[in-house]
Amino acid sequence: MSTDPALAATGTEFSSDVARELQKEGGIGPYRLAARRLARNKVALAFGALFALIVVMCLLAPVYAHDIAHTGPNDEHITQVIKVAGKPTDVLSPVGIPIGPTWHGRFFLGADGSGRDVAVRLLYGGRNSLEIGIEATFITILLASILGIVGAYFRGPLDGLISRAFDLIWAYPVYLLGIALGVTLQLQGLDLGVFKIKGSSLVLTALIIGFVFIPYVGKPIRGQVLVLREREFIDAARQQGLGSLRIMFGEVLPNVASTIIVFIPLILANSILTEAGLSYLGAGVQDPNPSWGTMISDGIRLIPAAIHLVLVPGLMLVLAVLGINVFGDGVRDALDPRARIRIEH
Amino acid sequence: MSDPERLLEVRDLRVCFQTEGGVVKAVGGVSFDVDRGEVVAIVGESGSGKSVTAMTLMGLTRSANASFQGSARFEGTELIAAREDQLRRIRGARIAMIFQDPMSSLNPVQRVGEQIVEQIRVHDHAISKRAAGERAITLMARVGIPQARERARSYPHEFSGGMRQRAMIAMALSCSPSLLIADEPTTALDVTIQAQIISELKQLCEETGAAVILVSHDLGVVADIADRVLVMYGGRIVEQATLDELFYDPQHPYTWGLLGSIARLDRDRTQRLPAIAGMPPSLVNPPEGCHFRPRCPHAFERCTQVPGLDSRLAQGSGHLDRCWLSPEQKRKLRSVEGVIGLASDETVIA
Amino acid sequence: MGRFVVRRVASTIGVLIAISIFTFLIFQAIPNGDPALRLAGRTATQTQIEAIRHTWGFDKPIYIQYLRTMEKIFDGSVVSYNQGFNVEEEIRRDLPVTASLALGAGFIWLALGIVFGALSAWRAGRWLDRGLTVLSMIGVSMPVFFLGAVLAYYVGDKWGVLPPGDYVKLTEDPWGWLEHLVMPWFALSVLFIGVYSRVLRSTILDNINDDYVRTARAKGLSERQVMIRHVLRNSLIPIISLWGLDFASVIGGGAILTESVFNLHGVGQYAAQSVQALDIPSVLVITMFGAFTVVLLSAIVDVVYAALDPRIRL
Repeated sequence: MSTDPALAATGTEFSSDVARELQKEGGIGPYRLAARRLARNKVALAFGALFALIVVMCLLAPVYAHDIAHTGPNDEHITQVIKVAGKPTDVLSPVGIPIGPTWHGRFFLGADGSGRDVAVRLLYGGRNSLEIGIEATFITILLASILGIVGAYFRGPLDGLISRAFDLIWAYPVYLLGIALGVTLQLQGLDLGVFKIKGSSLVLTALIIGFVFIPYVGKPIRGQVLVLREREFIDAARQQGLGSLRIMFGEVLPNVASTIIVFIPLILANSILTEAGLSYLGAGVQDPNPSWGTMISDGIRLIPAAIHLVLVPGLMLVLAVLGINVFGDGVRDALDPRARIRIEH
Repeated sequence: MSDPERLLEVRDLRVCFQTEGGVVKAVGGVSFDVDRGEVVAIVGESGSGKSVTAMTLMGLTRSANASFQGSARFEGTELIAAREDQLRRIRGARIAMIFQDPMSSLNPVQRVGEQIVEQIRVHDHAISKRAAGERAITLMARVGIPQARERARSYPHEFSGGMRQRAMIAMALSCSPSLLIADEPTTALDVTIQAQIISELKQLCEETGAAVILVSHDLGVVADIADRVLVMYGGRIVEQATLDELFYDPQHPYTWGLLGSIARLDRDRTQRLPAIAGMPPSLVNPPEGCHFRPRCPHAFERCTQVPGLDSRLAQGSGHLDRCWLSPEQKRKLRSVEGVIGLASDETVIA
Repeated sequence: MGRFVVRRVASTIGVLIAISIFTFLIFQAIPNGDPALRLAGRTATQTQIEAIRHTWGFDKPIYIQYLRTMEKIFDGSVVSYNQGFNVEEEIRRDLPVTASLALGAGFIWLALGIVFGALSAWRAGRWLDRGLTVLSMIGVSMPVFFLGAVLAYYVGDKWGVLPPGDYVKLTEDPWGWLEHLVMPWFALSVLFIGVYSRVLRSTILDNINDDYVRTARAKGLSERQVMIRHVLRNSLIPIISLWGLDFASVIGGGAILTESVFNLHGVGQYAAQSVQALDIPSVLVITMFGAFTVVLLSAIVDVVYAALDPRIRL
């Protein structure tokens, strides 16, 4: 049965070869086909929308802070007294326990241990978490793709060097390497001559996370390119006298593009989770900058007294990451129904 | 059915698959018989439905998106409608199958001997592991695997292609089936090994008395071994004849094309091997009437109706075909083309 | 097989050396910083810094610094300057905690990952598969320290079902050991169960279409035999090797978040506390220890993998 092309092409099997065949015969292209599959996956779309909604909410943080809560993310209201259900209540009780959700205006989701508005910090923290996640993903995907393609295309000592480097980074437990880099870099920042990054900068955290995940994407891409470079169409391109750069980015890249696309949501979700973990450990975002990770971390210190300080940022984080993951899973199913692309985690 | 020599009777078998691109009518009404000890070849290009027909007999095409019609009676059992547990007792024991790619058809992480032992023990609960192991080694030696005792402990990737296929044959014959289905058994092998495997297969089946359904796209392979040949095209049988009849008096223009694409030593080397022009038919939207019509150089108005699979030669002859042309017309067209079986004018290029 | 092992050992040694150099570079040679100042921590006096500079050889060329560092790590004489403890003694003391966590959790996540993955593949597309998919999605989206904190609060503090944290020695109180570890085991396992069940599901669905599975059916095996003897058995091979790597990473300090949130004094928490105190010598040693563990265990995993899957012994 597998030898019958008629069945293979119309069945669930979907390789770039078959897709090319389909295209030639006036069928639909692989990405159109994938988009059509994705459009049918309502669950994935709903979770994608959930993530988009969270992004929009976080982008609107200044509006919320200015017009509704009337307070900034780092403004402390330790001694303030507000009215809850008509009764005046301390924002922080005499023993330092913060007020819970008022479901109204300022302190909609309560206050934290320093009398700051949790809802405002949640949105600003989300901005930081998402920013770091997106920057880290960009770094990982860009460097991993370039290194994976260049290494596998040229083979030889360069490839040896690149894949040894992948092995090296891969050997470290993610969080250990993260805190090792975080703690040394934060102390004095990073100075690479051309550009300097301050120790407290969010970019530094993004850089660390982006670096740590490189082999998780680079290895599979390299593996795919190793197979691709032996294929006839690459030979044909070489024989036509096309330059290596043209071949790598004109011929090879489009053929690994679907793998790269599938990795984007995976890495984004993992970057956001890693940011939270590093911040919890004190090797990520630094106080008073909020991020979901630092907020959970702050909340855990007050845990028996004010569980809302853990639940609010934690659930927001889980929802955002869940949105990315389910949507990303849908994208993978659409592009690669036989699910050949995976990440260890 | 009353005929004791009759092993398998397939009647109007139809197989459809529901796919994203529509309903694929893989097999559209196939009928044929196989007698005990007979070697029947099913020939056609990929997509002709020959493999699906063969695998359907074993129940291997059953899935949620497949639907079946028609019947196939084997030794008194209806195969198409059989329950899975009935079928299981037949599979491997009464009907065995060998597949095209012996590399991927053997479990890569199990020793070859173990895989044969598993086959033996599935159908013979009484046999001990040791006895089954001995039998596996005997079988491997019998199909021509040297040093069978040591090789039984090897993994499939340690075998050459020909040896793997021999192991597959040993496995298939291990329960003395009365029917062996060989689906392109030599396609994945070197040309030099192909003939060897085929003749060994024939010899083994003669010894054990097993009938064979040989599925192939290559008439050259079939010529060595088949008693009768079914030519399939677009999910239908288009010609059915004994080997000699097919080679010396082919009736269907598609068969002419097939015969034309066999490499022959007596042909002028400067000529390219002719190929049949055009593409195999779509099985989702097959052409109206004769499926070969769009590619047939001799098509005329009547071909928009489906020709029956009838004997158009002498009355009562077993040589059947699905072509509206009269035997005289066919003979004339064939002789115009010069060489027997040369397909169409465009394919002969010096 | 023998040659395979030898080659694997050789490449492992190479990676270990590379790791030691890279870790050294992270801590001692990152641009813009005085390594002595960094090692000494925030509360160091000028004389302490000078002493560190001398003992670690920071006034010498960089390769001497590297050799000096490695020497100190291997003779076990690294002392953390903030707390004044010998780092390697601390690690040795914390290792049983981490091992207890890793063994229990590793067992749970492997067992449940296989069960959920197999069920999910078996019922692919049906409601059971969907339900398990949702659960595993939530699992992989859940930061372990958040899950741990919430569990510790509700199950531990509020309902009082299980103790909310801390470690009890197995040799002193086996029941207490178990009771204290159940929650951390599950918290740590959730992510892995999610990953494993997804990986196993797709591996099974991949293998199910393979030719040898068709051969197994053609032999007359029952669907259950086909699934268990051929599909599941072959699909478990990558899972086992994945497990080896993850287990190695947990032993090597990868469970740093779980240990911190449940206040288990394992290697991971030691690392976390050292980070918070900016205690560089201990982070250096733990990082190197962690990576070494991963490399050594993954070499073992590769050998086991080769034993399970004869194809890769080439």
